[in-house]
This record gives sequence, structure tokens and C-alpha cells, in this order.
Amino acid sequence: MARKKLREYSTKYIIKNNFPLSCNGSKLNLKMIQVSPNTPTLFELSKSIDNIWVNNSKLVVKPDMLFGKRGKNGLVLLNATLEEADRFIKEKINKPIEIGGKSGLVTHFIVEPFLPHTEEYYLSITAERESNRISFSNCGGIEIEENWDKVASIEIPYGESIDKIDLHTLIDSSVQNREYVIDFIRNVYKLFNDLSFHFIEMNPFTLDGEGKPYPLDARGEVDECASFKCGGRWLVDGEPVQFPQPFGRSLFPEETYVNEIDEKTGASLKLTLLNPKGRIWAMVAGGGASVIYADTVADLGFGNELGNYGEYSGDPNEEDTHKYACTLISLATRNPDSRPRALLIGGGIANFTDVAATFKGIIRAIKEYHDDIIKSNISIFVRRGGPNYQSGLQHMREIGHKLHIPIKVFGPEVNMTSIVAMAIQHINVPIVNPLKPHTNNFSPTLNGVH
Amino acid sequence: MTNSNINHGNHGSNLPARLFTKQSQALIYNYKEAAVQRMLDFDNVSQRDTPSVGGLIHPGSDGGMYKAFFGFKELVIPVYNSVSEACQQCPNADVFLNFASHRSAYQSSLLALREPSIQTVVIIAEGVPENEARSLISVAKKLGKVIIGPATVGGIQAGSFKIGNTAGTIDNIMACKLYRSGSVGFVSKSGGLSNEMYNVLSRCTDGIYEGIAIGGDAFPGSTLTDHALRYEKLPEVKMIVILGELGGWDEYGIVEALKRGEITKPICAWVSGTVAKIFPTEVQFGHAGAKSGGESESADAKNKALREAGAVVPTSFEDFSNVIAATYAKLQSKGLVKPVEEPTPPELPLDFKTAVKAGKVRKPTSIISTICDDRGDELSYAGVPISEVCKEQYNMGDVIGLLWFKRKLPPYASKFFEMCLKLVADHGPCVSGAHNTIVAARAGKDLVSSLVSGLLTIGPRFGGAIDDSARVFQDAVDNNLQPSQFVEGMKSKGKRIPGIGHLIKSADEIDKRVVLLKDYAFTHFSSTKYLEYALEVEKYTLQKANNLILNVDGCIGVLFLDLLHSSGLFTQQEIKDIIDVGYLNGFFIVGRSVGLIGHALDQRRNKQGLYRHQADDVHYAL
Repeated sequence: MARKKLREYSTKYIIKNNFPLSCNGSKLNLKMIQVSPNTPTLFELSKSIDNIWVNNSKLVVKPDMLFGKRGKNGLVLLNATLEEADRFIKEKINKPIEIGGKSGLVTHFIVEPFLPHTEEYYLSITAERESNRISFSNCGGIEIEENWDKVASIEIPYGESIDKIDLHTLIDSSVQNREYVIDFIRNVYKLFNDLSFHFIEMNPFTLDGEGKPYPLDARGEVDECASFKCGGRWLVDGEPVQFPQPFGRSLFPEETYVNEIDEKTGASLKLTLLNPKGRIWAMVAGGGASVIYADTVADLGFGNELGNYGEYSGDPNEEDTHKYACTLISLATRNPDSRPRALLIGGGIANFTDVAATFKGIIRAIKEYHDDIIKSNISIFVRRGGPNYQSGLQHMREIGHKLHIPIKVFGPEVNMTSIVAMAIQHINVPIVNPLKPHTNNFSPTLNGVH
Repeated sequence: MTNSNINHGNHGSNLPARLFTKQSQALIYNYKEAAVQRMLDFDNVSQRDTPSVGGLIHPGSDGGMYKAFFGFKELVIPVYNSVSEACQQCPNADVFLNFASHRSAYQSSLLALREPSIQTVVIIAEGVPENEARSLISVAKKLGKVIIGPATVGGIQAGSFKIGNTAGTIDNIMACKLYRSGSVGFVSKSGGLSNEMYNVLSRCTDGIYEGIAIGGDAFPGSTLTDHALRYEKLPEVKMIVILGELGGWDEYGIVEALKRGEITKPICAWVSGTVAKIFPTEVQFGHAGAKSGGESESADAKNKALREAGAVVPTSFEDFSNVIAATYAKLQSKGLVKPVEEPTPPELPLDFKTAVKAGKVRKPTSIISTICDDRGDELSYAGVPISEVCKEQYNMGDVIGLLWFKRKLPPYASKFFEMCLKLVADHGPCVSGAHNTIVAARAGKDLVSSLVSGLLTIGPRFGGAIDDSARVFQDAVDNNLQPSQFVEGMKSKGKRIPGIGHLIKSADEIDKRVVLLKDYAFTHFSSTKYLEYALEVEKYTLQKANNLILNVDGCIGVLFLDLLHSSGLFTQQEIKDIIDVGYLNGFFIVGRSVGLIGHALDQRRNKQGLYRHQADDVHYAL
């Protein structure tokens, strides 16, 4: 749980939907349609009574995939008819593109009325520790980064009412319809607070036919921790808002599965797959320690072999730990190629997590994946301390001995990351004859099992 | 947008330098038993005079006392039901340790911040909304209070005060010598890594003076910079160790403080998350605040800035302990740290549960159970899991078979049990049991009192003759007594024959229940020897009086003898035990309870007032 990015469509929808409630009945007249592989086509959607406007106005179509610089990359269709817009989407939907070195499928599009305009303003609101920062510029649009020196900012101390702040210094008299713009910014600010946004950016917003501010583009991030308070207002088309993955990063089923377990427990379980063919896999207890284990693998020059980032913490029960361990071991053993692999079962000295209990779950997983572990030539390296660690470590040693899985087990007497170097040394053994299966010269008795 | 902002980390920190002393006491909200005990155990090995737990707050409770160990002795700790009451009653407690969930941590923390006696609020919950954290931060700032957390384990001042679960078990506290003061001020985001670092610092320095985990959130209540500046002011702290993390700008506050000369003590620092650069897309790490983002938030940039500002920054975490040891050695060689006095911490008694787990003690049990096992996943009756009891459609007779006779009985026997229960379930409102139940219920007594009031009349004259009749008939048959011999023998001893005779029923007005029981037995039992004997006895007694019939108790008693002897499931010894122990009245008690409960409910349903016996129904003979 942390800050989550929203699609442009979701951001606009949530702002529009909550505008009257948070802003004294004011309305924001935004029109937009989302097209994705899960929706009917734009053409089909245009038949709906709510979308009647697409038939009699010119349209703008943009991919809605959490990446920016769409205009610069020629991905925006402007001033289009319904037919043109529909064709544009059909040509591009579910096709791979590359943006900023990341490639992926374009799945979501946002369709809006084309609004001829001259003014382009920049607005962002950012949550900081003691304040919210409002940034504004009348040189908004795709050149904003080049014009960053023209962006002015004001800090509103957290908890202070926006109605008490004079925004006239931020929005000077050169701004058309200045009072409308100030009023609009106040309203967006109120929404920002009410709906636990962490970040809102409108680049640009312009003035519509009536001279009222109208966001052409919008980005939003919300604080997912507030979902128990704001979830009921974070609705998009009547459904709870979805938090998409960054572009170029679709979730592996295993990652989705771990997310699902994570959401159901008070403990924390995280899994990010980095390299499915990697030969070093990490199952580390603790949010802080897990980062350091990954750092150490990279520091020692083997970041390219790191299969995953993962952590479990907050005293997960045996069952959840077991599911997590099964997921991880199944990934680690999926590509046996006779070369040696390593699984790091690491962690610092726990404050309150019962090491023996969580290890029970891991040991069950090791038993179940016994054959796969042997086949994929994995050695296991354990380092852990904390409540009941002695019996936890003892059980690890015993299972290694019993199943003839090479396993090295350490407690707080060695440095936390010392097993990383051992793992690397293990996977770095040159293969004498690559045609023959690699002979595993790890035998339990030689490797500190007793 | 993309501009980094150095101001993020520097927000004019001015926390009091000293948060804890050896006299500090905490109030614990939504207390966790293990955390309370660990704090008290720490107190003991640190040789504190007073416990560090002043009081517990359990909202909505009735208050009272909570028992925990303080060394060998037991300590009672007051439990309060509100923050304000606890603060009034414990004015010396200035640390508020909040174990409330992420949903309710805000409200309780806000109350605590507003209490004049509270100086420091520690919030353990992970997932507190950022806006709530920010609101608490602004309140704390206005009131000059300190927040540690959210999403933290807390912190520890070695040898004087420990927050909650910080530093884990007592073994770890002993191993890292946290029961006495060292000279390192440590601060990090992660609680787990803090504990790891206490271990490292105990090996490469004289240990910590204080360690704080600020928590993994994006907006912690107090920051790395806040605590680094506190350590600068604390004279006992000779060097500062900081473990930062990618994401956010907090570390730049330390950079600025170094540049401005606000921190003069040696600082060793490492920012973790150098791996983020090899990840193809941005990654949310385990901590909410640990997200790869802009360049200035990266671990590499922060490490570089710290190094340039004069902090000792290793090349990797692996190397961290080396630079710490070298920095400490310099302080030593300059004579800036004095050799630490090594106290001998008092021995802490082993917790019973821990000792059992470790196989170090044994203890005789006080109770044995041979019928029912509630350990493990599923309850079992005499070895039969309750899921099977339900799946195989066991009837009440089968369940009684398991729990009283410890075996699965053949269907004809369990049906007979059920039949007994059904036939004795009630016998109208006038019998002594029902009458008592009715009187009690009408006196306003609750269900169980009314039931028990009726049950207490069950005995030799009412319903409780089954065991006794089984005993005497068994005895008579065993001794081959003629019915006449048996009856006259009892008479000469001045004893009534249990199971013979009825107040109302007679040979003319037969008891239908007895008829049903006899019919069932003649049809289903392989032998009815005892019943036949009892009927011979009845023939004899009926010659004396018309109401000396074999009554329902007597009939059940002899039929049990027949069942036990003829079923082939019981040894002679078992049958003797069953009769001696007195199983059989249980059937009347269980069965009649159904009726008595019915009578009690009936009276209450009909709102019957207090029963008073009519005076004209009493013969006053004074």
C-alpha cells in the first residue's frame, strides 16, 4: 500500500464526479470515453445515450497508459471525426509500441471532444510533508519542461483552508478570466485534500467556450492507504478505481497472486519478477533488509542474475508464508539448464516475527518442490535471527539433510548479507562440460549442515 | 514535475534532544501482551527501579488490572478505558505507545498529542493514510511534541527505555548488550534493520546509546534529520550512524545540516536501494516510502551527497560495518570514548512457555481427558472428528455412546438411548422438577438457574432411581434370588425397591412409556433376562399393592443391564464400572433437561409473575 498512479480517464472521472460535493455544488463539464479491450468499440459506444456528443463534435484520442510525452511521440489524434477516431484506436489497440526505452501493448484510450484553444496553463498540486505545493504557469503544454523557469509555486501549510489563501500573486493579471482560474484552482485543491490525492497535474488546462477552465490533460496519484476512507468516492464508471501497472510492465500471474495474498493479510508480502531466467532468487524478510540483499547482489556485479525482488514481513502466518514460498520456488525452478542456481532465504534479526513459524511455511514449500529444487540445481542459503530463530534454523538444517538439498544455514553470528557472496560463488562455478548435466558437488555434510 | 527540491528534507527541525530516561514510562494503547512483557523484561536486565509500562489503555474495557512479570515478581498494571483517564492517573508517563490499527491510529494519537503529560507518541500501525500522518505532524509541531512512526517498531535507549517490540527477544537484548549504554546514536527507517544494526554496532563499537526506527512511510512523524540533530545535542552520543533508503529527500536534510555545521559529530551513513538502477521500470519496495522515482531520490545520489558533505559513506552495505569500526577506532584513539562499564545484568527467569518449547522443564498435568480432544484443527469425540459425526448423521444416542461409553454403539443401542431421552423428556408441570423450575422462572431467575433448580430435585425419589434399580436387580440376579426372596429381603432391611412403584400410575392405569420400552427391548435386544426377572418381581409386588409397578426408572435400569450384557461390547468389569460409577441417571438428567428448559421458557414467554403457594394449602401445625 502506497501511492498509486491513476489513468488520465480515472483522474478526470474522479475529479468530475466529486466536483459538486467537494466544491460547493460547482460542476465540471468534462466529457470523455474510455476504450479498452474490455469495452465495446468507440463506434459501438457512440450509440449510447450518454455518449451522444461523440457523434456531433470533433474528437481527440490519446493512449491512456501512464506515460507522458504523447504529443511529442505523435500518439495523439486531434480534430478527428468519429470514424477517424474509431479507426485510429482499432489500428493501435493491443499493438506494441516503444516509449522511453520501454515497450508494451497499448490497451487503453481516452476519447474527448476536440476543444480549439489558444491558452495553455499548467497546474500541479503536490503533497509534501508539512504543506501542499501548488504550481502554476501560463506557459503550459508540451514545452513545459523547457519553460520550467516560468512555473511559480506556493506552499499551503497542511490543514490550512485554501479559502484563506490569496492566489492572486500566483495567478497574475496576465491570466485570462483570472477569477475563474483562481476559483477553479481552489476547487481542485479542495478535491485534492478530500480525496487523498498525493499529486494532481493538469498540463495543460485551457478555457472552454464559456471561458471556464477545462483540463485537457490530467495526471493523478492517490494514497492507497486512504482507501478505507475515500474508496467510496474513488469510483470510475461505478466501479472501484483500478491502479494500473507502469507502462511496459504487465504483471506476471505470480505477482498478481502474491498481491492478492498481500491484500488479505495484515502482514506484507511483495514480489517483483526481474529476470525469469535469473539464477539468484531472494526471499527476504523485512522491507529494509530485502532492499539491501538486492543491493548486495547488484554491488557484487550479479544484478543481471537476480530473478526477483521480494519481501515478507509483519509476522505473516504459516499458511501465507507457505503460499508465498511456493510461488517463489516455482519461479526459481522453472528454467532448469543444469547451471547452478541459488535461493537466498535471508533476513535481519526480527523484532517480533516468529522465525520458527514462518520457516515452517517455507520448509513445507521446500518439501513440496523437492524434486524441482534438485532438478534445477538450486542451493539454498539461509541467514536469519529473531524470536525462535534457533529452532527455525535447526528445522532448515534438518530438511536439507533429509531431502539431500544443499542448504547452508546461519544465524546472527554472521553478517546479514554474507550469504550473498556465498550464493554468487556457488552460481559462478565454471561449467566443465556444458553438454553433460552439471555434477552437483554440494553434499550436505560438506556444507555446514551439521 | 521533475525538479528535485532540496527543501523537502529540511524543515527546521527542533525536537527536544532527550526523549527517554531510565525513569520514562509509557502508556500503551491497544496493548499487546508480548510487547508489554518484553518491555518489562528489558527493564529488569537494565536494572530499572520502576517498570517502563505505566498503564494500559483498552478502549471500551471496564478497566481493571493486567498482570505481567517484573523479574521474578508479578506486577499489576492498571488498565484504563480512555486516553484522558490514563493520562490523569499516570501523570509521569510521557510516552504514548499506540498499537491501534491503521484505521484508528489517527484518532487515538491525536487525543494523546493533546494531553499535556504526553511528550512522545509512537505509532506502530502500517498503512496510516498520508493525510492523517500529515495532520498529526502539524499538530505535534504546534504543540512541541514528538511523533515516532507510523509503520515502525519504535526505538530503544540502551539500558534505560525500550519501546514495545524493539530489539526483539531478551536473548537478542543480552547478545547485543542493549541493557547498558554505548556511545552510538543510530537512526534508520526500517525496524528490522535497526535490530540488525544493533547487533552490528555491538560488535564493531561499544554499542548504541539510542536507536530509533522512524518507519517506512513517505511522511514519517519525525525524520532521519530530526534524530540526527538530537544525537548531535546529546552529550552521551559520540558518533552518529544513519541507514537511509531510496525515495524521498530526508537524507538531504542531513546533508544540509552537515554543510551548515549543525552536525559536528562523526557520521557514518548508508542509503540502501542502489539496486533500483538495474530495474527496468520503477519498483515499489517493501516500505511505502521506498519507491524508485526521480534521480535525486535515488540511493546513489543520496550517498554521493552525504559523502560530499563529509559523512563517512561505505561503498556497499557489506562495507558499512568496516567504516563504522574505523570511525569508532578513531574516536577511541583520540580518547573521545571511555571504556564502557560492563554491568552484570540480573538473570531473567525463563518464561514457562519458552522453557516448555525449549524442552527445559516438565510439569505434571492437573487434568486428564479420555473422551474429547479440542487440540489441532478439528474437535473429536472419542477419536471421531466432528465432521464425521455430522457426515455420518450420528444421532444423540451415538454421541452419548462416544462421550459416555467411549465407543460407537450399534444402531439398535443408540436408538434405545434416544428413545430413553425422548420418553423422559417431560412429564408435565406438576412433577417436582418441573414445579421447581416453574417456581424459579417465575421468581425472575435466568434460564440456567431455573433449569438447575429443577434438576436438583432429581434423586432417589424423583427420576434418579435408574442406577440404583440397575444395582439391586443386578445383585438379585447375580445371587440367584427368587423374586419373593429379593422383595422380602429388601423389606426386612427396611428399603424400598428402587424402580418399583409410582405415585399415580398403577396396574390399572399403565404407564405407556414402560410399555414402549418393553416392546422395543423384546423386538431388538438379543436377551431380556433382567427385564423378565424384573417383571417377575413386579408380579410379586403387585400382590401387595396396585401401584407397585415396574416404573420407568426401573424399566430403563434393567433394560440397560440387558443391553450391556447382551451387546457383546462391554466386559464384565466395564459393566461393573458403569453401574458403580452411575452412568444411567444421566439419561434422565439429559432427557428431562429438555422439558425443564421448555417449562422455564414457557413461564417467561407467558410473563408469569412470582409464584406464592396458597396459605390455605398449608396445614400450619405449630
